[in-house]
Amino acid sequence: MNELIRLTLVKVKEGLRQKKFSSVELTKAYLASMERHKCMNTYILETPELALERAKESDQRLAKGEERPLEGLPLAIKDNFCTTGIQTTAGTHILKGFKPPYESTVTQKLKEGGAVFLGKANMDDAAMGSTTTTSYYGSTINPWKRADGKDLTPGGSSGGSAAAVAGGLAVAAIGSDTGGSIRQPAAFSGIVGVKPTYGRCSRWGIVAFASSLDQAGPLTRDLRDAALMLEVMAGHDPKDSTSALLEVPSFEKALIQGVKGLRVGIPKEYRIEGMDEETLKIWEKGAEWLKEAGAEIVEISLPHTKYSLATYYVLAPAEASSNLARYDGVRYGLRIPGKTLDELYENTRSEGFGAEVQRRILIGTYVLSAGYYDAYYLKAQKVRRLITQDFEVAFQKVDVILTPTTPTAAFALDEKPTDPVVMYLNDVLTVPANLAGLPGISIPAGLSKEGLPLGFQLIGPAFDENVLFRAGRVLEEAAAFKSFLER
Amino acid sequence: MSLDQEAVKRIATLARLKLNEDRIGPMQQDLNRILQFIDQLNEVDTSQVEALAGVNMSFMPFRKDVVNEGGDVEKILANAPEVACNMFVVPKVVE
Repeated sequence: MNELIRLTLVKVKEGLRQKKFSSVELTKAYLASMERHKCMNTYILETPELALERAKESDQRLAKGEERPLEGLPLAIKDNFCTTGIQTTAGTHILKGFKPPYESTVTQKLKEGGAVFLGKANMDDAAMGSTTTTSYYGSTINPWKRADGKDLTPGGSSGGSAAAVAGGLAVAAIGSDTGGSIRQPAAFSGIVGVKPTYGRCSRWGIVAFASSLDQAGPLTRDLRDAALMLEVMAGHDPKDSTSALLEVPSFEKALIQGVKGLRVGIPKEYRIEGMDEETLKIWEKGAEWLKEAGAEIVEISLPHTKYSLATYYVLAPAEASSNLARYDGVRYGLRIPGKTLDELYENTRSEGFGAEVQRRILIGTYVLSAGYYDAYYLKAQKVRRLITQDFEVAFQKVDVILTPTTPTAAFALDEKPTDPVVMYLNDVLTVPANLAGLPGISIPAGLSKEGLPLGFQLIGPAFDENVLFRAGRVLEEAAAFKSFLER
Repeated sequence: MSLDQEAVKRIATLARLKLNEDRIGPMQQDLNRILQFIDQLNEVDTSQVEALAGVNMSFMPFRKDVVNEGGDVEKILANAPEVACNMFVVPKVVE
């Protein structure tokens, strides 16, 4: 294996600046790795020519000393970010062949930051799933293996992005997180994943799933890489009225601030049934590490936690059913002909959406329909307020909250539950931060009995990602986790 | 609350999804399983709670009411499955 693909983004940046290697060499190393690991099905579309072209431009800038923050760094882009003229499918058949005429704000910022795009990463069908098995383009395989050698899920929906970063098919990646779609795959793949505060990054040009919950963020090999990526991705965008009019702080500076005097909350309601013994143990260890570094550990209560999933599985499908109404077979993507216009719509949508997406569209349509709106949709919006208020109360007592990211480690592709509700339980620890619009981060914590990665989740107050980087860095140092590429 | 097969068909029509006969039963089962799960929200007393539609939005920004982009007919039509005379083609909708 080429040593270049083991380096973190920050190390690669140094190497490029010191002319130890060029961006073209680096990009070629990644393209070769992508070729070698085709069976992992990490990318829906690879763009090697474009990548090399961009890498050449980056090398010219580096030679002139005119490098930008991400100059020449090869990234994977989740396939729900619109990229001008480059196929964007969101893992769904209904967007077959769609080449956006415009660029998402986040990818535009990365481009302007000098990044090289290797291709579009695989994901669950329309970002609905926690396994990357619902993708129309097939399942992505986690680079990590269990002793029994079975193929494991990298998590989802940003599973392609996570597997690429963990397995050496991109130095870093971007994903989107509606109910845990960055943090859960990061935990399953032994990497860092950040879901910023709702409003921190622009949603313009991201294929919409649930607009009040969706947020873009980085997946990286360590926290410093994540800080650097997020600094480039974040910021107000006039094209997204929900993006915050706030200065983007230096996340990198927060990394060295430590946790002395910081109050860390441990929510008792997150000790859920079915959580692995080792997950509980590692969680306790995390709290100990923070305490040893000078933080104060405080038990807190988030009483409405148990209703988060039910709330999410009303609101997210409701918003999705509305957002996905635009796929009609008329203006872009797949078309299955019909005798009448309604028949064309129905034929196209039934063929173009996978089973999970259809389930969610139907649930969403039902909870928004006349007679049921109050009982389901409005009710869920009210409980959402209570969940949000729980966090407000908690953050009067503590500065940051520590939990595990997932109840268990990655499972095998053929162990995926067939009961949709059991499947949804995967998101139980990540969904509350989306409902409350808070920033959350997943950091590698250690290994399960089966030798698979587990993650810590930190949740902070709105627009205080810095506290996540502060506490996260202490945990990262203490855990001294060895990534897949370092083993 | 649980859905009968007629209700499932009605929702599918509203959502413009075609469910073949053999899919209605399993879909009915899945949807009822999800609704049963969602029903736990009824345990929560929300009589004094205002609904929350979105978060972190202190105000809604306005932009100037001016044309900033436009005239991109070709770009807009470039992805369409069927186009004629700068228009999207659909099956006949009026007799």
